[in-house]
Parts: sequence; C-alpha cells; structure tokens
Amino acid sequence: MTNKNGWGNLYLVFVFALLYAPILYLMYYSFNSAGNMHEFEGFTWEWYAEVFQDTRLIIIVINTLVIALLSSTIATMIGIIGALAIDRIRRRRLKDTVLSLNNVLIVSPDVIIGASFLILFTMIGIKLGFASVLISHIAFSIPITVLMILPRLQEMSPSLIDAARDLGASRRDVLSKVILPFIKPGIFAGFFMAFTYSLDDFAVTFFVTGNGYSTLSVEIYSRARQGVALSINALSTLIFLFTVMLVVGYYMINRRATNKPRREEPIAVGGPR
Amino acid sequence: MQANTRSIYMLPYYIWIVLFVIAPVVLVGYYSFFDVDGNLTLQNYRTFFTPTYLQMTISSFWYAFLVTLFSLLVAYPAAYLLTRTKHRQLWILLIILPTWINLLLKTYAFIGIFGTYGPINALLGTLGFGEQQLLFNASSFVFVSVYIFIPFMILPIYNALEEMNPTLVSAARDLGASGWMTFRRVILPLTMAGVKSGCMAVFIPSLSLFMITRLIAGNKVITLGTAIEQHFLVTQDWGMGSTVAVVLIIAMAVIMILSGGFGKEVRHD
Repeated sequence: MTNKNGWGNLYLVFVFALLYAPILYLMYYSFNSAGNMHEFEGFTWEWYAEVFQDTRLIIIVINTLVIALLSSTIATMIGIIGALAIDRIRRRRLKDTVLSLNNVLIVSPDVIIGASFLILFTMIGIKLGFASVLISHIAFSIPITVLMILPRLQEMSPSLIDAARDLGASRRDVLSKVILPFIKPGIFAGFFMAFTYSLDDFAVTFFVTGNGYSTLSVEIYSRARQGVALSINALSTLIFLFTVMLVVGYYMINRRATNKPRREEPIAVGGPR
Repeated sequence: MQANTRSIYMLPYYIWIVLFVIAPVVLVGYYSFFDVDGNLTLQNYRTFFTPTYLQMTISSFWYAFLVTLFSLLVAYPAAYLLTRTKHRQLWILLIILPTWINLLLKTYAFIGIFGTYGPINALLGTLGFGEQQLLFNASSFVFVSVYIFIPFMILPIYNALEEMNPTLVSAARDLGASGWMTFRRVILPLTMAGVKSGCMAVFIPSLSLFMITRLIAGNKVITLGTAIEQHFLVTQDWGMGSTVAVVLIIAMAVIMILSGGFGKEVRHD
C-alpha cells in the first residue's frame, strides 16, 4: 500500500513540476545577463530596468489595468442585476432559456466572440480602440459574474426578505440592507473572476483593438512573434508575482466569506482566453 | 404591479443579452452569405465544402481530439490522487494558479524551452539523439496545448470525485470487485459528469486557439480558429471568416447537445 502511495505522490510531483517548470524557466532566465533563454551567464537586473524604462510598455500596463478595473466593476453591477433577474423568474423553462443565453459567451470560443464583436462594432460604428475593448471586456465578463452571484441568491431564504418587508423596510432597503450583504461573497468572487478574465484576455482584444491601442496580452503576442526578448521574461516574473498576490487576496476573501462550515465551493475557472 | 416597476432595473441585463449574445450570432450568420465585394451569395459555403477547407476542419477536430485525450489521460489520475492528499485546498489552489497566468506568457516560455538551444534539445543532445527541430510542428502544438489545458481538465474531475460517496467504493471492494472493476463500474460512471465538462472545457477552445498555432506550430497546424483569424484580420474576407465561424458554432452546439446541455451546474430551487 505504501508503495502504491509512493508512485501516486511521484506522479503528482511530476504533474506539478510540469505545470510550473515553464513558468519558473521564464523567471529564471529573466535574470540572465547573456540575453538569451538557454545559457545562463550571470545575474543581472538589466531586463527589469529595461521594462521600467520602456514608457510604451508602462502605458500599456496602465491601459490593461484600467480596462480590467473598469470592465470588472461595470460587469459586476450588470451581473448583480442579471442574477436578480434570473432568480425572479418563476417559470422553469424561461429560467433555463435565460441561463443558457447567459452561458453562451462562457462556452463560446474566443475567436467567435472576437470576430462577431468586430462585426457588431463596425456595424454600429464604434471606433476600434479603448471603447471597443472596454465594451467587449464588459460583455464577456457579465456571464461569469452572474454565475458566481446566482447560487448565493438561491441559497438565501425568502423568509429573510419577508421579515424585512414585514418590519417595514422599503424595497430599496431590502436590496441594500438584506440582499446585497447576503450575496457579497458572490459579488466579490464575480468581480475577481471578471478582473482576471479581463487581464488574461488575448483573443477578443486582438480582434477588436485598433491600431493605436494595445493591451498587455496583445503586446506580448506581437513581441513574442519577433522571437525571444528577455524583457518579456522580466515582465512575466512581475506579472506572476502580481497574480500570486491576487490569488492570495481572492483566497483570503473567500476564506473570510465562507464562515459557515460547509463544503467549499468549487472555484470556478474560465476557459483560457 | 410590483413586477413592472422592478423590471426596469433588469433592463441593462436583457439589453446585454440582445446586443452581445443574440446579435453577434445573428450577424455572423448574416455575414457568411456575403462575399468580399458585399454581394449576397452562397459561394462561401461552396468554398467551405472544397477539399482544402474540409481537410482543415477534419485536422482541426483531430488535433482537438488528441489534445482532449492526452489532457484527460494526464488529468484523471492527477485529480484522483489529489482527492487523497492531506492539504487538498492548497494543492487545488496550486493547480489553479497557473491558469491565472497569461496564456501567452506560458506559450512564450515554450519558444525558449523547445528552441534549438533550449533545455530539451540539450537533454536530447546528451542522450545522443542530437539536435532536433522541436518547434514549428504538430507535436509541439499538441504538447503545449495539453500543458495549457491540464488544469481545466483536472478541476471538474476533481470536483466530481469529491462529490462521490466514498462508501460506494468500499462497498464495491467488499463485494469482491477488483481495483480495475471498481474504477470501471463505480468510480468512472459516477465521475462521468466531471469528465464530460472537462472534455468540453478543453475540446471547444482547442478548436479555436490560434495564438498557439501561430507561435508554436508555425504554419504547420491550421485550426478553425486560425482560419477565422486569418480571414478577419489578414485577408479581410469577413464573409468567408463568418462561414468558418458558423461551422464552429454549429459544431459547438452539437457537442453541447450531445453532452447534455449546459448551465446545469446552477441549481434550481
């Protein structure tokens, strides 16, 4: 039996090594003074300095963060509305239909989303650039926020609302003092998911961004197509650290939110974007 | 009367559904009937049913199948073993963490790893196989895709395994089932839902990933996604691009229906 466990652990170690090796590989060579990704010559901060001196890159990083923050905030607000709307529907068939429509963008391949949004924006006449990127990010983040909020809403006992109403709360009060506090963990989870969706998105942005405007993913893509540049490695190390911080933050909030000793909710993961 | 005043709040959400869920699909369908010059035509569909495009579609499905299969083979044992570890939450978090790292950065790492002077080639060199061209072929594309999709396959299977009642396994063993038989008759059927959603989470995106094909496979692998990107952004033939997109949407819908609908994970009260 112990032998069997040994093989099992070995396999898990192998899987984890496989998952992390490329990331660590990138980070390791970001300190390479030789300027390539195969021969480690000596330690240097050179590539990090290059990242911080690259004004274009820094503007792009700021763009990306602005888009992510704005889109996830707006998407979460519409997501709350959506979850409330779906929760209110009593007819089962209708509810299923709306839920399916909600999930279409989650399961659609990114190229389809990107291409169809490109057609949409050209037809309505929205100029490709900041606006089109922001609108698309809001649009593809809404369904995940709905999915994160809805289960909390369904968990809520309707007698809570009845009690509040009986005690004289207005409908606005019920929403702000009873419903919203109860579904807060779902709202946070939805916001985080939307935020990471936006940060990670490449394909959709690639389609709807014009010539002048770029986000980090698109920039990395165009630089990577030109071959190896260690400033990308340095940048990815920084992004990795930022991501770890985000994950830890998400985990902490989740931890604090689920104070009830119930089964941990499976953490939702989106498709690769 | 309550329903009416309240419904106004709901408007933004329903506007979103109409504008960004229904309209785009309709528009893609509409555009697929136009050629480059804007004439209404069925030519795009005729072009699609020529050997070049059909072959591309079949190979795209074949690669997606391979990627799904290999991800499943790696992920199932890993998910199973993860359910027996001690600090499960932590390990699962470590599985999720790589998915939060930009896909392009991970792909970019493989340009270095598989490169002519990269570590894999160095290893092959010391083993006496000599230098190989690892990048820009189909197997490197499959490998990198599998790498990227493994977590997306592990998580649903892990969740399904977690939900399974462990006493069922003990019962099967007590009744004399061998380890293999317990797996085939008890564990696998009970976790089928997880396997299905994992396969869906992998299969559909791998039909459409164009950045990996561009960065890793050169032009050796052309998927449906690569074709759509090519038509929309390079040759500017939106009609043909939309036609390929329509095929992809239909394929997606068929897969959804075959695997028993989507949105089921959300409970109904």
